[in-house]
Order: sequence, then C-alpha cells, then structure tokens
Amino acid sequence: MADVAVHTPPADGHDDHAHGHTTSTGLSNNKLAMWMFLGSECLLFGGLISTYMLYRGRHEGSPTPSQLYNIPLTSISSFVLLMSSLTMVLAVSAAQRRDDRNTMTWLTVTALLGATFVGAQVFEFTEFVREGLGFTTNLFGSSFFTLTGFHGVHVTVGIIMLMALVGMVSRSRIPGDKAEVVEMIGLYWHFVDIVWIIIFTLVYLIPS
Amino acid sequence: MSTQHATEVADAHEGHAHEGHAHDDGAHGHGLTDMGYVKVALVLALLTGLEVALTYVDIGSLFMPVLLILMVIKFVTVVSFFMHLRFDSKIFSWLFYSGLFLAVGVYLAALCTFQFFAGN
Amino acid sequence: MAISEPNPVPALAGSGSAYVTPSTSFGVFKRPVQSTGWRSWVFTVDHKKLGIMYGVVAMIFFIIGGVEALLIRLQLAAPNNKVLSAGAYNQMFTMHATTMVFLFVMPMAAAFANYLVPLQIGARDVAFPRLNAFGFWCFLFGGIFLNTSWFLGGAADSGWFAYAPNTALAFSPSHGVDFWALGLQITGIASLTGAINLIVTVLNMRAPGMSLMKMPIFTWMILVVQFLLLFAIPVITVALFLLSFQRNFGAAFFSVEKGADPLLWQHLFWIFGHPEVYILVLPSFGIVSEVLPVFSKKPLFGYKFVVFSGAAIGFLGWGVWAHHMFASGLGPVSVAVFSVATMAIALPTGVKIVNWTMTLWGGKLRFTTAMLFAVGLIIEFTIGGLSGVTHAVAPSDTQQTDTYYIVAHFHYVLFGGAVFGLFAGFYYWWPKMFAKMLNERLGKWNFWLMVVGMNLTFGPMHILGLQGQPRRMQVWTDFRAGEGFFNLAFWNRVASVGSFVLAIGVLMFLINVVYTTRTAGVAPADPWDARSLEWMTSSPPAEHNFDAIPTVHELDEFFHRKYEENEATGEIHQVSTYEEIMADEATRADKHIHLPSPSYWPIILALGLPLIAYGLIFARLLAVFGAVVVLLAMFGWSMEPSVADESDYDPPVDGGPTKELATLG
Repeated sequence: MADVAVHTPPADGHDDHAHGHTTSTGLSNNKLAMWMFLGSECLLFGGLISTYMLYRGRHEGSPTPSQLYNIPLTSISSFVLLMSSLTMVLAVSAAQRRDDRNTMTWLTVTALLGATFVGAQVFEFTEFVREGLGFTTNLFGSSFFTLTGFHGVHVTVGIIMLMALVGMVSRSRIPGDKAEVVEMIGLYWHFVDIVWIIIFTLVYLIPS
Repeated sequence: MSTQHATEVADAHEGHAHEGHAHDDGAHGHGLTDMGYVKVALVLALLTGLEVALTYVDIGSLFMPVLLILMVIKFVTVVSFFMHLRFDSKIFSWLFYSGLFLAVGVYLAALCTFQFFAGN
Repeated sequence: MAISEPNPVPALAGSGSAYVTPSTSFGVFKRPVQSTGWRSWVFTVDHKKLGIMYGVVAMIFFIIGGVEALLIRLQLAAPNNKVLSAGAYNQMFTMHATTMVFLFVMPMAAAFANYLVPLQIGARDVAFPRLNAFGFWCFLFGGIFLNTSWFLGGAADSGWFAYAPNTALAFSPSHGVDFWALGLQITGIASLTGAINLIVTVLNMRAPGMSLMKMPIFTWMILVVQFLLLFAIPVITVALFLLSFQRNFGAAFFSVEKGADPLLWQHLFWIFGHPEVYILVLPSFGIVSEVLPVFSKKPLFGYKFVVFSGAAIGFLGWGVWAHHMFASGLGPVSVAVFSVATMAIALPTGVKIVNWTMTLWGGKLRFTTAMLFAVGLIIEFTIGGLSGVTHAVAPSDTQQTDTYYIVAHFHYVLFGGAVFGLFAGFYYWWPKMFAKMLNERLGKWNFWLMVVGMNLTFGPMHILGLQGQPRRMQVWTDFRAGEGFFNLAFWNRVASVGSFVLAIGVLMFLINVVYTTRTAGVAPADPWDARSLEWMTSSPPAEHNFDAIPTVHELDEFFHRKYEENEATGEIHQVSTYEEIMADEATRADKHIHLPSPSYWPIILALGLPLIAYGLIFARLLAVFGAVVVLLAMFGWSMEPSVADESDYDPPVDGGPTKELATLG
C-alpha cells in the first residue's frame, strides 16, 4: 500500500544530497524496499493460490471449473496484461531517457491495458455468477473469487498509481528521482503480471 | 548488454559503494533497448499462444509438466528482463527469490500434509 | 528535486534569530516544524522519539495484558471460583495472549530496534523515516482498535491461535473475532513496513567501515527478525483475510460442515506462528548478547557463531511449524519430518547458550540489574528450551498438547526469554535514552521478585499439565483435584500466588522509573564502559545522533578506541576516555545536517485504517470514508519531499553548524 509513497532519500545528514547519496551497498533504498515488498507478496499470493488448489475440486452445487472457464476470453485478457508489461517497460525506458512525453504516453497505455484486463475480469465474474457460481456457493467459488479478486485489486491499485503518476509527471510534482519512481511502479506492475502468469496456468489451463 | 541511452545523465552517481563492491544503483544504463523489450514481449506472446494451444490438443501425461515449464519460463523471463533482475545487483535477486522459494517450499509442504499430491 | 512553492510564508524561528519558511505539502498544510510540545511528538519522524513512543505504548499494553493474566489466575485460585464467567474467561485468555504477543513483546522489540539500530550502525536516522512513523501509528491504532472490542460487544474469545471452528459465527457470535482479525491486520502493516524499513537501514546506512561482520550483535539479531517478519506477516495476512471473509461475507474456508479443511487455518497460522516465536525471542537474544560482554569485560565469545546460529534459527524456524499440530492427525510421515526438524533447531539455540556461558567464563563479572536479567534469561530460557525438546518428540507431545505443560513451556521461553531480555535492555540502555541511571536497589528487587514470581507461577504448571489439567480450563473442583504431591488445588494456588509476586516485581520497575525520573542528577555518558557505537555520542543523543559519522575499524569499535591490548602479555589497558574520543570526533563535526522533516501524513494515513476496520464491522459508509482518508493521505505523502526544502532550514550563521530544522516555537 504504502509503496507508492516511498521516495525517501536516506537520512544521511550531509549537506550534499543535491548530488545524490551514497549507501553502504551502493543500491537505492527505494529499490531494495520494493524488492523486499515483492518478496513478501510472494508469500501472500502463495497462500491464496494454495487455498485455491486445496479447494478447487470442492464445487458441489455449481458448474465445474472446466465448464465455467472461458479459455479464449481469459487467454485474451492474459495477453493484454502481458502486453501491458511491455508498455510499462517502455515507460521506464522513456523515463530514464528523461523523455516525459513518451513516459506519460506509455504509462497511460499501460493503465488502459490494465483497465481492459480488469474489465474482462468483471465481465467474467458476472458471467460466473449468472451460471451459478457465487462467492458463497461453495469452497471452489470462495477460493476462486478470493484469489482472482486479490489479484484484481492489485491491478486496480496499480492502475490508480499509474494514473497518479501520469498526473504527477505532467505537473512535475514528483519529489526525488522521477525515473526511479516510474521504475518502482513498474516493478510492482510486472509483479502483478507474473502472479497472473502463475494463476493463468495453475487455475485456468490445468483442469482439476 | 547494449546501452540505449547515449544521453546518459551526467550526474549519475553510480559506484559510490564504500565497501569495494561497486554496484551500480541500477537505475541507469542497463537493460535492453526498446526493440529488445519488444522482442522479449513477442517471445512471451508466443509462449502464451503455445500454452493455450496445448489445452486444445491431447499430449497425454506430458501436458502438466510442459505447461508448468512454460509457466516458469515466462515468469523468469519477465523477472529477468522486464524487471531488470538480470542486470541488477545480486542482492535484489536474493531478496526476491528467497521470498519466492520460501513461499513455494512452505506451501508445497503444507499441501503435502493434505495428501494433495497423492492423487485425488 | 524539491517542490517549488510559489508563496512561502515567513515565520519567526524559535530562537528568534532567523526567519524560516515551512514549505507546503500537497498545497494544503504547511509542514509541521515544532520541536517542542505535543506536535513535536505526534508529527515526528525521529527514530529515537518513535522508539520511546513504541516503548511507552508497549509498556501500557504490558500492564493491560498483565492485569488480564492476574484475573485468569484469580479465577483459578480457588475451586468453583466465580471471578470470571466462562465467556469472560475465554475473552480474557485470548486477549492476554494477543496483547502480550502483538502489543507488548513485538512492539517493545521494535522500540529497542528503532532507537538503537541507527545508533549502533552509526546512522542519523532510518532509511524511511515517515514509514517508521506510519508503522508506529498503525501499531497504536491497531492496538486501541483491538481493545475497544471489550466495550463493543465483547473481545475475541477463540484463543490466540483462533482455531476453527471456535472462530465460526455459531461459536463466537460477538464481533470479538472480527475485531481481532482486523486489528491484527493493522498491526501487521506496522510490522511489515517496520521490517522493510529496518532491513534497508541495516543494509544501506552503515557507517563507513562497518561491514556486516562488524555490526553489533543486537543489530544482527534485529536484522534476522525483520526478515522473519517480512516473510511471515503476509501468511497471517492471508489467514486473517480468509477468516474475515468467512465471518463477514459468508465464505466457508474453515467450516467442516461445508466440506472445508479446518487444518488449512492451522497450517496458515503456524507457518506464520512459528517464525513468530523467534520474532519474539531473537531481539532479546540480541540484547543479552550486548549486555553479557559489557558486564564481563570480555568480547562476546564466538561472535560469528552467535550471528550464524541466529540466522540458522531464523531459517530453520520456517521448517518446523507443524510441531504445533502433532495431535491433529497429520499422518506419520509429516509428524516424523517435523519432529526431526524441530530437534534440529535446538542445535543453534544450544550454540547460543554455550556462547553466552563462555562469555561469562573468566570474565570480570559485574552483577548489575541488567546483568542479572541477562543471566536470568540464560537459565530460565534453558529450562523452557528443555521442555521444548520434549515437545519435539511427537509421542510425548501428543500427551502434552493442550495441557498446562505447554503453557509452562512457552511462558518459560517467552517470559524467561523474551521478557527478561527486554528488562535487561531497559536497565542497560536507560542511561542512554534518558541520561538517568535506573536505581540499582529497586532494580534488584525488581529482578528477584520477577524471578521468584515467574518460577512460582509457571513452574507448577509443568506438574499441572503432566497431571492432565487442560489449557484454558475455566474452573476446577476440589472433588477431582487429586491427592498428595500432585494435588491440583495446591499447585493452582501456588501459581496464583506466584503471579502476584511477579506483578509486584513488574510494579517495582514502574516505581523505579518514577523514582529515577524524579531524582536529580545526570548519568555519566558511558556508565557501563560499553563497547558499541550507540555509546559513542551524547546521552540522550542529539537529534542528529552523531556530530561526525564515525569511521569503523573493528567489531566493538568504541571499546577498541578506549582500550588496547598489550601484544606480549595479552592484557588490556585504557588508552583513551569517552571525553577524549568525543573531543576527537568533534573536530570532524559535520555542518548543515539536514534531517528528515516531520510530516502530518503518517498519522493521517494510519488513522484511516481503523476507520475502515470499524466501518467493515458496523457501517460500510464509514469504511468508504476511511478509504478516502487513506487515499488522500497517500497522495499527500507521495507529493511531499521527505527532507524539507532548503529554505526551511535556519541559515548558517557565520558558517556555523545548523543541525535541526528550524523551529516555530
């Protein structure tokens, strides 16, 4: 949550922080923090995926997973999310060239692709409910909606951060190293993508 | 790795490490060119296509392992290239992969105790 | 880099000598700049102030948790007692454990870590000062949120590990468990942000020359603990979310009648819960590893072994969680594997005990109160460790599961281990933090009453447990109490008396604090002839910690600057005093030290979280309001530079040092 807010230069007191700062490892505080946060998130999604794996076969009272899943639709939305990783990395690349215009363009495209993915997910959820699988129908439903819902919330948070970033870049309101802030949000975005790579295979492609 | 930015920022303050190992802070200068990223994305798209295609043809008992391997390849590709882990300091890899492997380890062990892999 | 603001408002500095300009943040608020009064605490990002606030709040929760324990022991002091109803008793033991674990030991360790880690590594603050403040407020608000459940329909009553189906709506219809689940989420955010912050601080902000293997051992143990938190907190987060979804949104993750596996909760809880045990005790191991060498006047025996055994405990701690579940029918293979893994973890723990003992061996021992608590830890923790080994043996554990024997075991390791270590830390670092020495006479009373009290309280529980008294039993009857040595009535009474002796011991500490605070006089700057960097500055340290960042050459740098070893005889002799070293450092003092600036956003952001939580329980609209607060605070935060604008600092007069953000009175 707070990761968006972390651009604190180290509290080293020297009056030279205009020319950057040194750290013991030579690495940026923000990047270290972000990678740790992502490492930590692995255990969060691991727990949710395990819960789903344990309960995916318990679908009394609803259609089975293989009857429900719309593989063509999910494949397209997975592809969209994958491509949003490309546009994100292009935004980071533009930011490192200090090319604000392209940074904002690619960030916006990334956010739009993310929104497409979330839209497809909302559509998928409503379809499932229509076909008889609600959140409380059975354990399969509860664990499926929890896992994909958590991922969807992560994507949504990412979209909000991307849009905020576009606004802040356009008004030059980013304190600190702009390219690094874009890179941080990029790391988060790619992480959400790799979680989906796993969910797509384990949940959708491998039937129970 | 090729460096795309000829306009490498002059105030770059890499290599200030005072313990000898002069890591770059990774924000500048490493990674692929934009074209390189597009190529990586193409590979990822192809792999995804392959995954989806596999669900429509019957390859028997190979199905699951092949899908899992494809998943791991895609995962590592995004992490290594898009997330720059390949070009960055090893410390980042350590932090991320220790979380990842810990997660895989404890949750697989927990699923084992449920007889999850004993054949449903 | 900085935000340029169009219309700065000049204001008078506290000293009355210079004009300063607080920059605005998010165009709404001016940055807080007060360095005195309540605002200087509420909006502070200073790791030392936050450390003290962590400590004060944790101590208040310690007292609350202690009163809960005393009520439990009162209820069990006599047969057929009616001090607490069955329902109230269930809430009492649940909240006693929850409070002690999440609201006392963890934040008290965070208090020491916050205060000391930057000082021990020669830094001026942590890596993310605002995140640090945010963590503290999350802990405080989460703790208050949890405890308001007492007045809003009853506290959680499912036991601190909240097994299904005790947490199901049918068995716990009050909002207690909802408060518990959401409250722990909020304190969990505090732990996670704190973990990330401290790891980055330790990795990135060490003074020049301080390699990892020259770091003080306390900092090392804190580093290990933060890694455990980093990876353990998300697991409990998952478990708590699933629990909340089950109770509030009708899912059935742990309901057997709906086909669920209740063991899923147990796995998730203990995958978090066992690393948590080391999260609780390793900081105290770090503290005694600092205290023992100082009062033995010897370096820590086998520093590297203590470091690596700490890391090994941290690593192995991930592979033993199922020993909490031996009685749940995991199957023989799982039980055997986890049994062996559990025995293996006794090895690095044993290494530590040996190292501490060898540190004492042949040293010039000074039995100050801090030293007594440290030695007390070695002994009491060893007792708890030995009963722990009997749990690793699965057949024996099956007998002991859910009896008072378990209660005895974990109180020996947690009270005799974690709490004794924290008390050693109080006495050792009090002069550092407050420039006053805690009274040694009261300190001895404090120690001995606590030792006698804890052994009287928890010792008999071994007997009670082996006789079969179940854990969480609300009443006992004389009729079934048994005879002779194993008479349950007798040992229950002993334990209850012991708990009050223990309480008086803790009271001695509080009296000591009040007494010391009222006594005039200033403690010497280096009262214990200490070894590590936190003592190589004034007490309490100035806001910027060090006038000059020290350059480190040795493990125990401060000691090595004071003493040299005669090569021929091996004897050490003093070559320098604290005053000389400080004078030397002063010649290199930095000028124009810009510290991270205070901020409104951490407390505002943290305030949104309990609003969301109350909203989820009582009114969804409130949750929406809380979410808006959180979102706005995040925007404000991310647009505010962490270090205030150059113009916010008082101008250097004649090139002299300007160290603090200028004050506005």
